Amino acid sequence: MQLRVNGADYDVTSHPMTRLLDVLREDLRLTGTKEGCGEGECGACTVLVEGEPVCSCLVPVAQVEGAAITTIEGIDEDHPLLRAFVDHGGAQCGICTPGMILAALDIEPDASLDEIRVRLAGNICRCTGYEAIYRAIRDA
Amino acid sequence: MNEQGRPARVGGGALVTRGVDEAGVPDYHAPMIENPPPPIVGTAHPRLDGYEKTSGRAKYVDDLTFPGMIYGRTVRSTVARGRIRSIQTSAAAADSGFTVVDYRDIPAVNVISLIEDDQPCLVEREIRHMAEPVLLLAHADREKLYGAEVVTDVEESPAILNYEVSDVELKRLTISRGDVDAALAAADVIVEGEYRTGHQEQLYIEPNGVIAVPENGGVTIYGSLQCPFYVMRALRVLLGLPDDKLRVVQAATGGGFGGKEEYPSMLASHAALLALKSGRPVKMIYDRGEDMLATTKRHPFRVRHRTGVSRDGTIVALDVDILVDGGAYTTLTPVVLSRGALHCGGPYRCDNVRVQGRAMMTNTPPNGAFRGFGAPQTLFAIEAHMERIADALGMDSVALREHNALRPGDTTITGGTIGPDGSALEVLREAVTRSDYHAKRAQWRGTNRGIGLALFFHGAGFTGDGERKLASRAAIETTATGVRILAGTVEIGQGSHTTHAQIVAETLGLPFDRIAVEHPDTDNVPNSGPTVASRTCMVVGRILQRCSTDLLERLSGMDPADHFKQHGPTRVEQEYEAPLGLHFDEVNYVGDAYGTYAWACDIAEVEIDRDTFEVRPVHFTAVQEIGRAINPVMVRGQIEGGTAQGLGYALLEDVIMRDGGMANNSMTNYIVPTTLDTPTMDVVIMERPYRHGPMGAKGLGELPIDGPAPAVINAIRHLGIELNELPATPERIMEAVCSSE
Repeated sequence: MQLRVNGADYDVTSHPMTRLLDVLREDLRLTGTKEGCGEGECGACTVLVEGEPVCSCLVPVAQVEGAAITTIEGIDEDHPLLRAFVDHGGAQCGICTPGMILAALDIEPDASLDEIRVRLAGNICRCTGYEAIYRAIRDA
Repeated sequence: MNEQGRPARVGGGALVTRGVDEAGVPDYHAPMIENPPPPIVGTAHPRLDGYEKTSGRAKYVDDLTFPGMIYGRTVRSTVARGRIRSIQTSAAAADSGFTVVDYRDIPAVNVISLIEDDQPCLVEREIRHMAEPVLLLAHADREKLYGAEVVTDVEESPAILNYEVSDVELKRLTISRGDVDAALAAADVIVEGEYRTGHQEQLYIEPNGVIAVPENGGVTIYGSLQCPFYVMRALRVLLGLPDDKLRVVQAATGGGFGGKEEYPSMLASHAALLALKSGRPVKMIYDRGEDMLATTKRHPFRVRHRTGVSRDGTIVALDVDILVDGGAYTTLTPVVLSRGALHCGGPYRCDNVRVQGRAMMTNTPPNGAFRGFGAPQTLFAIEAHMERIADALGMDSVALREHNALRPGDTTITGGTIGPDGSALEVLREAVTRSDYHAKRAQWRGTNRGIGLALFFHGAGFTGDGERKLASRAAIETTATGVRILAGTVEIGQGSHTTHAQIVAETLGLPFDRIAVEHPDTDNVPNSGPTVASRTCMVVGRILQRCSTDLLERLSGMDPADHFKQHGPTRVEQEYEAPLGLHFDEVNYVGDAYGTYAWACDIAEVEIDRDTFEVRPVHFTAVQEIGRAINPVMVRGQIEGGTAQGLGYALLEDVIMRDGGMANNSMTNYIVPTTLDTPTMDVVIMERPYRHGPMGAKGLGELPIDGPAPAVINAIRHLGIELNELPATPERIMEAVCSSE
């Protein structure tokens, strides 16, 4: 099976029903994608499939064959959103951060608070109370 | 002092930092150099691990692998109480790739050593709670590992599941001051109330996990943990190995909130046993369901108040009965009860006090450390009770609080003295003014909006003589580029590494980027005590400040890097020094329980849907006096994050226990606040320096979770609904409304 992750092509031999999360973390060693709950509630495992945020713990790898997948490793470290997360305290313990950043990547800095909230409603952060994350997005 | 109002960026939430006044004279260290560089303390240096975390490069325990690594599994009891007749597994006989460990494989003592050594690492015969570990398995293939069948034959016996009827006591304490009975008899009004709080799950987003690697005739643990030296001690007792055969290394830790204080000692013990028996590295990562079912939670409390007051609002007698659900083993319960009791009178004066506290055993998984550590439970009770007292007197509850609030020089319920940094009145007045509390209170009466307030305090550091007994150590050392910090406390998101580096940089007069922080690894850092009790900045930061002052003298004006090049590394290590005059009698509960307190006032504004009985927080004001904000971004993060967690405790987080275990042990059924459940937050950081904190800093980590629950319950009371129990779920609110109609 061919997988396209962060612009590179990979040959994957896993069982087609293997979770995309496990293929990324264990076969490709892209450990920036995190597992928080394994049931699609916390959003820590968020990756982008064709630009759309999805919980990689809920996706069998066969379903994304040939699709463009982006993980946190595919985001430039100089990206303004990463800098803003650091400057504003949007990351504390950091375990939700890769998923949160991918979910927030397309949010415009001038988006309304309501829009930001709705877009991030599937990503749980237990450290920040979200306020610093909103400030980071607004300043990115 | 400094007052910098920063405009709101998002939805009205603003941050203001201001000093209270000059009363608390700070014991700043003035840099011993001419033309000092711009201040480092008080500025928002980006966190040292920021880019590692945002880029996904930070290595959490599940991101690590070791050659030959296999996986571990815990087989647990499925009853709350009973005796094991036999355990059988054919796994090892059928497949030589299995490692099987039971209690007979424990080399020294079958115990997880903590306060009382009553909790076994693995059950021998007697099962005392649901999900108690009875057998360990390991295999390289996780499908085979989890597919292995284990048959446990258990003789079940009746379990004690309700702490209110339990007759097995884990701990009892009494605080006694003045003559309560006489004061109650003489009081104009007596107000009684009973308040209940349930379990709360820490719900760090990274579940508990460790890897044990057999090496050097012993074992090394890599883990998600708050207290590397607690794990060391547990392994030393369990395995009977000397310290030089044991090593504990903290991996990047995805949140703890107390849930990785004592539990990692259990998990590391299991992984170590499997690693030593198999001779291979063993990874054990709990999935969410196992983590929620088996690991510790916040203790449920029942608090009964009987309070005598005079007509003018003076509290003349405080009679408090506290009952705590400890769970099946002692773990940290005595200390949770103690901290709960010490905070149960709230930030108020009273000369006649009787507090009776008991922690009871139940056949449920042991409850344990959770941010606040007993104080959120008892502060909820007293702050909800204050509203009832105000109503009974026909008095404004802000005026009642002002009248009784502890002022500098006043004494606490144990006769301890409030220092010059006591700030109860200041936070109360600021919060009331800033939120326009009284106007909203009047305007919203009879509408679907409510506003409620809580005034509270939190003692920082270990209780009583705890810090003296811990005798924590920390060190700094010159390097080729500057100085490195060596401390055994860990970065779990709170920003402690960055904060410590700021304290050291400013004291040494060095730029921030010339300070490095050594990773917590018991082979390389001294024992700085556990990362708990709001102590890492205030207590360990102070030790590091003293190390820095000492090093400055030794350098005699030389740059540390130049000194290093000439003389090699110079290391300064210091031990905790208790402030003079701080004494606490732990047997009779008399004296200064804490060196100082941080003070806060929270105001919750809520909205109710009268059809669904759902209450939503819409805006929140948090005014918190914390001595000195070493790093305002980290401080604000603690306040906003602790507030959100406290709002979850207030409104959403309901642990349902069935047959002695958590029935809703998944994130689908246990609801924590999302972006749609959290309000805009208006945060005010007040600074009234504490003489013995680094640059005046006090403990902060736990304070913010103490206030949201009572503020929300009091806002719901403003809606005309009286609740005495947490969380205020729609079901509970509906019951309260229906029973009062």
